[in-house]
Amino acid sequence: MGILEIKDVGKRFGGLKALSDVNLSVQENTCHAIIGPNGAGKSTLLNCLVGKLIPDTGSVMFQGQSVLGRSPHEINQMGISRVFQTPEIFGDLTVFENMMIPLFAKRDGAYRLHAIESVSNERTLIEEAEKMLEEVNMLDKRHMHSASMSRGDKRRLEMAMCLVQEPKLLLLDEPTAGMARADTNNTIDLLKQIKDERDITIAIIEHDMHVVFSLADRITVLAQGTPLVEDAPENIKGHPKVQEAYLGEAH
Amino acid sequence: MDSIILQILNGLDKGSAYALIALGLTLIFGTLGVVNFAHGALFMIGAFCSVTLQRILNLSYETIDATQTDFLGNPLKVKTPYLESWFGPEMGSSIIEWSVPLAILFAIPVMIGIGFIMERGLIKHFYKRPHADQILVTFGLAIVLQEIVKYYFGANPIQTPAPEALSGIAQLTSTIVYPVWRIVYFCFSLLIIGAVFAFLQFTTFGMVVRAGMADRETVGLLGIDIDRKFTIMFGIAAAVAGLAGVMYGPINAPNYHMGMDFLVLSFVVVVVGGMGSLPGAVLAGFLLGILESFASMEQVITLIPGINQIIIYLVAIVILLTRPRGLMGRKGVME
Amino acid sequence: MLGLDKKDSTLLLIVVALTMLAPFILNPFPTESGLAQFNAGYPDLMQRFVIFGIFAIGFNILFGLTGYLSFGHAAFLGIGSYSAVWMFKLLSMNIIPAILLSVVIAGIFALVIGFVSLRRTGIYFSILTLAFAQMSFALAYSVLTPLTNGETGLQLTLNDPRILGISQTADGSIPVTNLFGLEMRGAFDLVVGPWSFTFSAGYYVCAVVMLLAFYMSIRIFRSPFGLMLRAIKSNQQRLNYTGLNPKPYTLAAFVISGMYAGLAGGLMAAMDPLAGAERMQWTASGEVVLMTILGGAGTLIGPVLGAGMIKYFENIFSKINDNVLHSWFSFMPDGLEDSVVFIIHPFVGKGWHLTLGIIFMLVVTFLPGGLVEGGQRIARLFRRKKTVEPKSAKTEPAE
Ligand SMILES: Nc1ncnc2c1ncn2[C@@H]1O[C@H](COP(=O)(O)OP(=O)(O)O)[C@@H](O)[C@H]1O
Ligand SMILES: [Mg+2]
Repeated sequence: MGILEIKDVGKRFGGLKALSDVNLSVQENTCHAIIGPNGAGKSTLLNCLVGKLIPDTGSVMFQGQSVLGRSPHEINQMGISRVFQTPEIFGDLTVFENMMIPLFAKRDGAYRLHAIESVSNERTLIEEAEKMLEEVNMLDKRHMHSASMSRGDKRRLEMAMCLVQEPKLLLLDEPTAGMARADTNNTIDLLKQIKDERDITIAIIEHDMHVVFSLADRITVLAQGTPLVEDAPENIKGHPKVQEAYLGEAH
Repeated sequence: MDSIILQILNGLDKGSAYALIALGLTLIFGTLGVVNFAHGALFMIGAFCSVTLQRILNLSYETIDATQTDFLGNPLKVKTPYLESWFGPEMGSSIIEWSVPLAILFAIPVMIGIGFIMERGLIKHFYKRPHADQILVTFGLAIVLQEIVKYYFGANPIQTPAPEALSGIAQLTSTIVYPVWRIVYFCFSLLIIGAVFAFLQFTTFGMVVRAGMADRETVGLLGIDIDRKFTIMFGIAAAVAGLAGVMYGPINAPNYHMGMDFLVLSFVVVVVGGMGSLPGAVLAGFLLGILESFASMEQVITLIPGINQIIIYLVAIVILLTRPRGLMGRKGVME
Repeated sequence: MLGLDKKDSTLLLIVVALTMLAPFILNPFPTESGLAQFNAGYPDLMQRFVIFGIFAIGFNILFGLTGYLSFGHAAFLGIGSYSAVWMFKLLSMNIIPAILLSVVIAGIFALVIGFVSLRRTGIYFSILTLAFAQMSFALAYSVLTPLTNGETGLQLTLNDPRILGISQTADGSIPVTNLFGLEMRGAFDLVVGPWSFTFSAGYYVCAVVMLLAFYMSIRIFRSPFGLMLRAIKSNQQRLNYTGLNPKPYTLAAFVISGMYAGLAGGLMAAMDPLAGAERMQWTASGEVVLMTILGGAGTLIGPVLGAGMIKYFENIFSKINDNVLHSWFSFMPDGLEDSVVFIIHPFVGKGWHLTLGIIFMLVVTFLPGGLVEGGQRIARLFRRKKTVEPKSAKTEPAE
């Protein structure tokens, strides 16, 4: 049994079959990459995992519990964090404030009214936030207005916000798109380090094969809403079906 | 049975006004994506177009009639409208009497002009701003417009009577009588609504606008200058609101705050009909007008006191909570 | 100080100083001078400054922080006023129970209305609040007449069954509102040379309450709760996926701001014990929107400034008539003087609404941060320092 079990999931948008017969099992403490051409349904699949969409058919189990029908914040509190394809951060807030919010969510749960205490008195949380910012090399930007940062920085911030929650399952949707090479390498190092240090399972969607092959323990290839092959990275490289899926897109 | 028919009839005139204002609001919202809190002010300006025309037509010169004296014993000053001296007393006075219907001709260019100025001068800077900002700036504009009207026309309502021939009471059946002007107003609103729909349905211009309402970006990609078309739509929406106001004068004497009074209800109408749906706006306008008139019936009020005051809001709340898209709203609009 | 950092403490101290010295600051002109009519330091107006300040501070906790635009907050103010007057009628002329009741009742109404309205966002939320407020207004005028006394408004009478107090005073008049014996109407005049300053008990009571309300709002702004509210405005989706449920936070903000409105309504009745339905009309709700945005939504001091500015316009600016204008421009040659007066005339005196509308439009268009942002920009011009781009409020509202 994997930590995440996806069974027979299907999703339609009007006439478009975005997902059909998706079966996927992600083992605990591994990194599972999902690759596939644009429009294959990768992001849609993640949406079904975090409560953004409810699949038409099938089931999604996380640690033996169904996530379907739960609201996004409940799913997050179960231990699933997600980095989006287009960075989702709190643009009006500073980098530091962005980091504090997941920390409050982790400590206080989905809702707790702290209306009188001051944020600046939360010493332990502030230290945690600063430590995480340090790890993603953003401590110097802590007072920056986050909307004014580059796309790459926004991504790193979003990833830091997810990591600081110490989720059991981390979902990453193209986390290095729009990043400079050096930042991409830093991200790979960071994710490797986190994987070694913590009990964390990662599911990553990525186009950059360098990232995929550096991190992934298993790879699933998705094409037109259905998994094509699932195998270890070394077997995926020369797989004819994979080539077909990608080349098919080029036509 | 008679009382039911009568209530429906009673609801029609208010319903017509709601429908016309809501139609214009929806045109603006559907095409430009702008929530226009100044739309009630356009309705009010329309009503004051007929006040203005009435004043213009009544421009007079003074002569002294030596044969008569006023109560102080001075010779009486007599005002004669220029129109009467130009066209003769009879023709002249009947032109003056018909000033409200004539004001339609006067109001169309004025309202379209105001619409253009509003859109080019202000609204277009707010396309990309949040809806809250649009509400706020148009709310400010509504205050400004109403204060300008108040400055020139004063705070008191000004009578704009219907022409003699249309101001009587019609005997509809042996038991039902109904003011003629209200029938006129209802027919007029049907005419305008029909014209707007026909325009959107059967002209290429209308087709492009409808396509734009459905999917603005794609139409923009076709290289069609959609912005200019939308400016024109704003002018048309302004004219629709204005005409609704022109003809409403004889039902309720125009005053400077009539726009604000109608605005809130019109928004409720739009929401009930479904944001962005033109048929929804019209349907909801008439339905709510009639509902309000039923709620004002003696029997209903004794049953549920005060219901006539709140029925529209109550319906709106129930609809918003149970059917957020309204009666005929499309998926994906403002969700 | 009091759990605030240095900057906030300074701000609080400035506000304390300004409100405590208001009778001096607002009466700069000698009593006999021609400009005396522009003195704003009379109790009635000073009370209104701070009471509407409270109203706007509360509204700002909802709109400024979460971006939810309510067009129905005047309903809570009206409900607060009615509750307070009933307390005066039935219990005691002491203002404490009256104000407590108005806050509680307004809070309960806000809880119910907020719970329903917050099921929708964006413009739908605005319309729902508008509908609820208009319903309350219509009901107060019609069915609820036994509670509200309809169009006349709820007033004290000579035979109110006051449990802890007397129905009439010895000389047969209605007793006055007080704070443990300190009469709200009480005032004394301080005459210094040609100047006269009025110190009113009612004003100082309101001012102290306003300072408490302001202090509370600073604490809320700086708290984790305040941070959550700003996060809701910024990106509700992200908040959801970060494991937080935005609903209870927004509802709490709605209820708190409703209670502030109730407090303002209660104080209003405490200063002048009557309550009318017109206080609940949607245009009254529009007024607090104007105040908050004019001053600077989402800033601490903005709403207070906005409230002060609008009340100043309404009461003082509106007194500028043609005579005053002529006397101001009398140094000009006659023809020029007349034409200047002619041009300015529509914007002053009774036309103050027009000026207000224009200023409001300009602020929404060019200064989304309101007067506070304007002040900051001017300050920056003077400092000529290179600073980071100002935080502007150009984000999607909560929808
Ligand atoms: N909310 C939606 N409504 C309609 N169609 C959608 C929606 N989300 C995604 N799609 C469609 O589903 C397909 C899969 O999209 P997506 O999951 O984003 O692909 P990927 O992430 O693999 O590039 C695409 O054809 C896309 O247009
Ligand atoms: Mg994708």
